[in-house]
Amino acid sequence: MDEVELRELVPQVLSVLVRRGADFATGEDAVQEALVRALSAWERDPPVDRKGWLITVAWRTFLDLTRSESARRDREVRFDSEPPAGSVPATDDTLHLYFLCAHPDLSPSSAVALTLRAVGGLTTRQIADAYLVPESTMAQRISRAKRTVAQAGVDRAGDVRTVMKVLYLVFNEGYSGAVDLAAEAIRLTRQLAAAADDREAEPEVDGLLALMLLHHARRPSRTAPDGRLVPLAEQDRGEWDTVLVAEGVEVLQAALVRDRLGEYQAQAAIAALHADAPRVEETDWVQIVEWYDELLRFTDTPIVRLNRAVAVGEADGARAGLAALAAIDADVPRRDAVAAYFHERNGDLELAARLYAEAARTAPNLAERDHQTRQAARLNQVLREAGS
Amino acid sequence: MAKYLLLKHYRGAPAPVNNIPMDQWTPEEFDVHVKFMLDFADRLEETGEFVDAQALSPDGIWVRHDGEGRPAVTDGPFAETKDLVAGWMVIDVDSEARAIELAGELSAAPGAGGKPIHEWLELRPFMSEPPTVTE
Repeated sequence: MDEVELRELVPQVLSVLVRRGADFATGEDAVQEALVRALSAWERDPPVDRKGWLITVAWRTFLDLTRSESARRDREVRFDSEPPAGSVPATDDTLHLYFLCAHPDLSPSSAVALTLRAVGGLTTRQIADAYLVPESTMAQRISRAKRTVAQAGVDRAGDVRTVMKVLYLVFNEGYSGAVDLAAEAIRLTRQLAAAADDREAEPEVDGLLALMLLHHARRPSRTAPDGRLVPLAEQDRGEWDTVLVAEGVEVLQAALVRDRLGEYQAQAAIAALHADAPRVEETDWVQIVEWYDELLRFTDTPIVRLNRAVAVGEADGARAGLAALAAIDADVPRRDAVAAYFHERNGDLELAARLYAEAARTAPNLAERDHQTRQAARLNQVLREAGS
Repeated sequence: MAKYLLLKHYRGAPAPVNNIPMDQWTPEEFDVHVKFMLDFADRLEETGEFVDAQALSPDGIWVRHDGEGRPAVTDGPFAETKDLVAGWMVIDVDSEARAIELAGELSAAPGAGGKPIHEWLELRPFMSEPPTVTE
């Protein structure tokens, strides 16, 4: 059994402990402890009933933790040392754990950290490595998050929408460290989709899953071997993972027929239209513009408007794209990069080169800065050669 | 989630409100200042926002390559260098507003007379990773 399979059991085991009366914070510590022990003990002697083993060890650990705490406070232990007979936990329990970890009182970074640990089963060290902060800082972030959840009351947990926001953050803003956060986000969204399916068909969860699958499918082609960013138009579409694309499209279609559209389904539909084009020239930009119009109904942000302007320019030409850009504020991130692209296509190379350089200056990350710098350098070279 | 650098300057920042140099403080005032800095870092660790804090010696020199097979050339230190970084703190916070709030608190470190220095700190965002979803 590999580590991921082991971590699959985490929310189930934690749910059992909580149902037996363990408080969320201590129960979660106990499950982590049991996981660490499983990793070493199972190598020599793997149990037949892995979940049962984890529940037993986690429960004993919980009792130990509670007893030592009680001893300090000179209180009696109120839990039976023999756990009641375990039953298969309802998926509702797993769902409730997700809701706790996405409690509306938590800041986004706290909700992300708590979800990765209590639902994802990652260790504090792994999460700290993934977000490039010291382990002690991450440990504090997680224990504060647990205290916040306990104080705010477990009854007022988050809902499926706050959970989706957390998982989207994990997927979209991960570093490329030892833990593959994008893959982890997909795993947790799959699990959420399975758990949410039972009680209420929530097509947006499937929309989110489809969105992740379709973007993840492109990952091999997003960066060149030297680490540089490859824009969508230049990606080698032969490298796209066709299995992931097929699954993403299937999940999306099943969500769309339920006829309750939302922002994630709309975004996934856009990604699916890109995935559907064997060559960039065959992209159905007209339909993509229509999906951006749908998306604007749910989330009218400058970024969505900017992306829509890109699609308009591709569908109706550079002038149309520039006209769409005119309505977007100058300080919207990446606006200069889009303007540069359309001015270049419109034949105004000098303005385009200046805008690429400006886009490089304001790029929010190194990969994009380098990309825009190369674009400016390319155009400036063309201009020099034309001038000489 | 975003990382910010709080940069403290020996020279080059606008003058602080309480502008009496450290070596003119009383030893007690100095101790109170040091304790404030340590407590601030501890508090950030407790809130799960601390990444790193380092102090730099003012004695920097300039170094450059001088051709294949030749030793690097050094120059300086230059006493007249306008901008001199004293140290930094790196924080990992949820928003720019939170970064500004924390930098403001750090700027209130006590100086002469136990009063806040109100020194100017430079706040610089880190370059992040490119997002996965691009359109």
